[in-house]
Amino acid sequence: MAASLDANRPALKEIFMDGVQNQKKTKEEGRAQRNAPFFSSLIQDKRLRILALWVAPLVFLALFYFYPMGSILQASFARGRAGPAATFIDALTSPTERGILWFTIWQAALSTALTLLLGLPGAYLLARYEFRGKSLIQALTGIPFVMPTLVVAVAFNSLLGPRGWANVALMDIFHLPQPPIQFANTLVAILVAHVFYNTTIVLRMVGDFWSHIDPRLSQAAQVLGANRLQTIRHVTLPLLIPAISAATLLVFIFDFTSFGVILILGGPRFSTLEVEIYYQTISLFNLPLAAALSVIQLVCTLALTTVYTRLTANLSRPLSLRPRSFTQRRLSKGRSRVLATTFLVLLLGFMITPLLALAARSVTNVTPQGDQQGLFSNLTLDYYRELNVNPRESLFYVPPQTAIGISLAYASATVVFALALGLPASWALANGLSQDNESGNGSAKSGLLWLNRIFDPVLMLPLGTSAVTLGLGFIVALGKPPLDLRASPVLVPLAHTLVAFPFVVRSLTPALRSIRPRLRQAASVMGATPRQVLRYIDLPMVGRALLVAATFAFTISLGEFGATALIARPEFPTVPIAIYRLISRPGPLNYGQALALSTILMVVTASGMLAIERFRIADVGEF
Amino acid sequence: MSKKYLRLFVIFALLLSACAQAAQSPTPPGAKTTASTTQTAPPAYSRELKVMTHSSFAVSEDVVAAFEKANDAKVQFIDAGDTGTALNKAILSKDNPLADVFYGVDNTFLSRALREGIYEPYKSPLLADIPDQFKLDPTDNALPVDYGDVCPNYDKAYFTQHNLTPPQNLEDLAKPEYKGLLIVENPATSSPGLAFLLATIGHFGQDKYLDYWKSLVANDVQVVNDWNVAYYTDFTVHGGTRPIAISYGSSPPAEVVFSKTPLSEPPTGVMTADESCFRQIEFVGILKGTPNKDLAEKWVDFMLSPTFQDDMPLQMFVFPVNKNAKLPEVFSKFLVIPKQTAQVSPQEITANREKWLQAWTQTVLH
Repeated sequence: MAASLDANRPALKEIFMDGVQNQKKTKEEGRAQRNAPFFSSLIQDKRLRILALWVAPLVFLALFYFYPMGSILQASFARGRAGPAATFIDALTSPTERGILWFTIWQAALSTALTLLLGLPGAYLLARYEFRGKSLIQALTGIPFVMPTLVVAVAFNSLLGPRGWANVALMDIFHLPQPPIQFANTLVAILVAHVFYNTTIVLRMVGDFWSHIDPRLSQAAQVLGANRLQTIRHVTLPLLIPAISAATLLVFIFDFTSFGVILILGGPRFSTLEVEIYYQTISLFNLPLAAALSVIQLVCTLALTTVYTRLTANLSRPLSLRPRSFTQRRLSKGRSRVLATTFLVLLLGFMITPLLALAARSVTNVTPQGDQQGLFSNLTLDYYRELNVNPRESLFYVPPQTAIGISLAYASATVVFALALGLPASWALANGLSQDNESGNGSAKSGLLWLNRIFDPVLMLPLGTSAVTLGLGFIVALGKPPLDLRASPVLVPLAHTLVAFPFVVRSLTPALRSIRPRLRQAASVMGATPRQVLRYIDLPMVGRALLVAATFAFTISLGEFGATALIARPEFPTVPIAIYRLISRPGPLNYGQALALSTILMVVTASGMLAIERFRIADVGEF
Repeated sequence: MSKKYLRLFVIFALLLSACAQAAQSPTPPGAKTTASTTQTAPPAYSRELKVMTHSSFAVSEDVVAAFEKANDAKVQFIDAGDTGTALNKAILSKDNPLADVFYGVDNTFLSRALREGIYEPYKSPLLADIPDQFKLDPTDNALPVDYGDVCPNYDKAYFTQHNLTPPQNLEDLAKPEYKGLLIVENPATSSPGLAFLLATIGHFGQDKYLDYWKSLVANDVQVVNDWNVAYYTDFTVHGGTRPIAISYGSSPPAEVVFSKTPLSEPPTGVMTADESCFRQIEFVGILKGTPNKDLAEKWVDFMLSPTFQDDMPLQMFVFPVNKNAKLPEVFSKFLVIPKQTAQVSPQEITANREKWLQAWTQTVLH
């Protein structure tokens, strides 16, 4: 349908001008129509509709985010002898806390930069080239996202630890007495782990957006005499900015609120705000200080997101999105092929080797003082078999397939919740903006942008929130009917939705904003009802972004540990919780089972993502 | 095109059905495979008791079933996170308790729990069977259930191979022959880490323990944040480079229980002499304001009775306080119980926790 509306493909130059000057054109068109009474009544109507779209997401956030957060902050400050103001001054003047805040910021900035450095070229390759095994690569690079930190630490350790393969090999080759690589408890470990975890965000968000941008825009620029660098600077980057900045924001907030990576891989000499909040809350029970730190963390998130919203508000351009078959080509021979292959091997090596090491360990006998010889004679499936046995008849034992079932049920619920809330929110965000682009109507513009400017950063707050604080907030706030959810299994997907929701919004909004308003107008003029416009223009065009969003919601829920551990019921453990239970006990059998279950989690995740990828391919084929 | 929407519709329907399934839990998919008596034939009980625990809580199915049957009440467990988190939850929900009973506060958190007044006192008749050394709360708000010792563990094979005597006491750990061999957990983030710090404070005294830690730093002690990392990454038994790690007195028997092949003796040993260990005692209490006080008292009695106490060692690797309880064979064979543990009272711990942690951080990490 979309394709037929846009059937007459203009000449190269026209497309180029079209893409760059689209905003200007639509504004002119809008101005011409401004005084038509019919159109202004539509705007009024639309403003109401956009307000209505905000209702569900805001009610959800109010009930399950602001109310618990407000309650816990109030309860915490009430316990302080000094008032909240004095607590803030204490927190901000203490050299320890200031040091932690500063470290939190710069490690996040550095981690984000490195993630982009690896992710953007990867996104380019995945977006622009067609090659075998691509969807497998996409799925594999997404696995780290769901792995519990404790298990990832094990994986890195079996590669880079003092007895890891890398060190053993180097010691053998160079006859070194001591392991040359010191990995655990270093800043490098933190950075590597952050890149390992979050590269998939860039690959997916930027890669997907990129893969649907018309390559003829860049080609046209080059035909018109721009060199490669100029093309990137003036055409590619400006077009990609909405997706890049959305991914950057998410990666930064993830690194900024990092907990497990800092605690497990960074070691005792590094602390982020999130770790400090946990320490002050749990170990010292200094709730007022913990609350002040939580608020500081939130203010940082809010400030960052506000800057992001401001910067990107005017950056997105309506585009002609193209199907993948149109934008991708095969890797040509020669230099580019070699370069691309090298890069992909590096990317995969970095992302997959630790996972393979983990899987390998799960099928290897872990004997005390195990000898290094006879690697293959040591192969075993005992840990997998043992997962199905409950030798001590524990009440809370669940077989692996049940844990997977529970995890998948929570993940599916999260997908449904997050899409149900994220879709209207991103719709409102995108439409408020394109409306303004089209009409140039002063009052409509200020009214809608005002709403969006406030709500957009607010949506991101749950991502920047300390899990401990929010978890305790649930306990304080959600204890009375009708919201007596403190021991309810429903709380788990609700908590996961809080994390997944910002991802859904950030994945959908750039795609929604890039839809040409003219397509919608044309459809309306031809007599389509708003519902039909939605159904035949918007849905097909954002279908892919919708699947990216669903993938994120799915994987976030599968891998979530921090919040789940705070609210899960013992008889319904998710896979990460079951892994944690196993690895919290001494004994090789427990350790082996934890690795086996982690391997199962990897396989389940990859299969899930491959399944989603299939729908994606089928979907785009039609478009 | 219609095919595509059909597909989308199918996905959506699948998601919805999965969601509906999730909403329908208490019976998660596949639950029947657990062959649990409560799930195969769910008996209808007339009452419900909520028991809040830390996440290390575990119990045998039939033990709980016995209580449920005897008292015509379903026991609903609530996993409230690690000990510190669980206590925080109990304190913050004081006015509207999360459960009827709270098990899991240990002696390092006891005084905080008592000061906040989260419990109701209950003088259980079974306290008569529990030695006085475990009864740290004279008001009987918190009743002792189990204990476990945190001690330095060592890798037997390492010391045999290197022809070295394993260290005998805390003083030994600072000697040059054990340089670079010890891995400890950060007391600020880890419960065994805190217990070991308390062992050094109890043994050397408040004015000397920092000097001891300085000598450990000089002897190249390594610190990690988490027991998992220390035990599974750095301890030589599991492929690390450090043959002495701070773990539990129950870890050697656990190594035997969780070994793939039957072992005639554990691969690890425990250092117990001269106050090398700190004893963690865990408590249960009835949460103030429970509408089920009678049932809660029954549960507390049950936890202190031999039925439950006998079950604990193999479920949680902690040991009974009831003198009538019996230890399973693997423990009577391989468990070493220290004669004298380092003593620090719960009051002292709560009063000085922050100060000690800060001083330790200054000395060891900077």
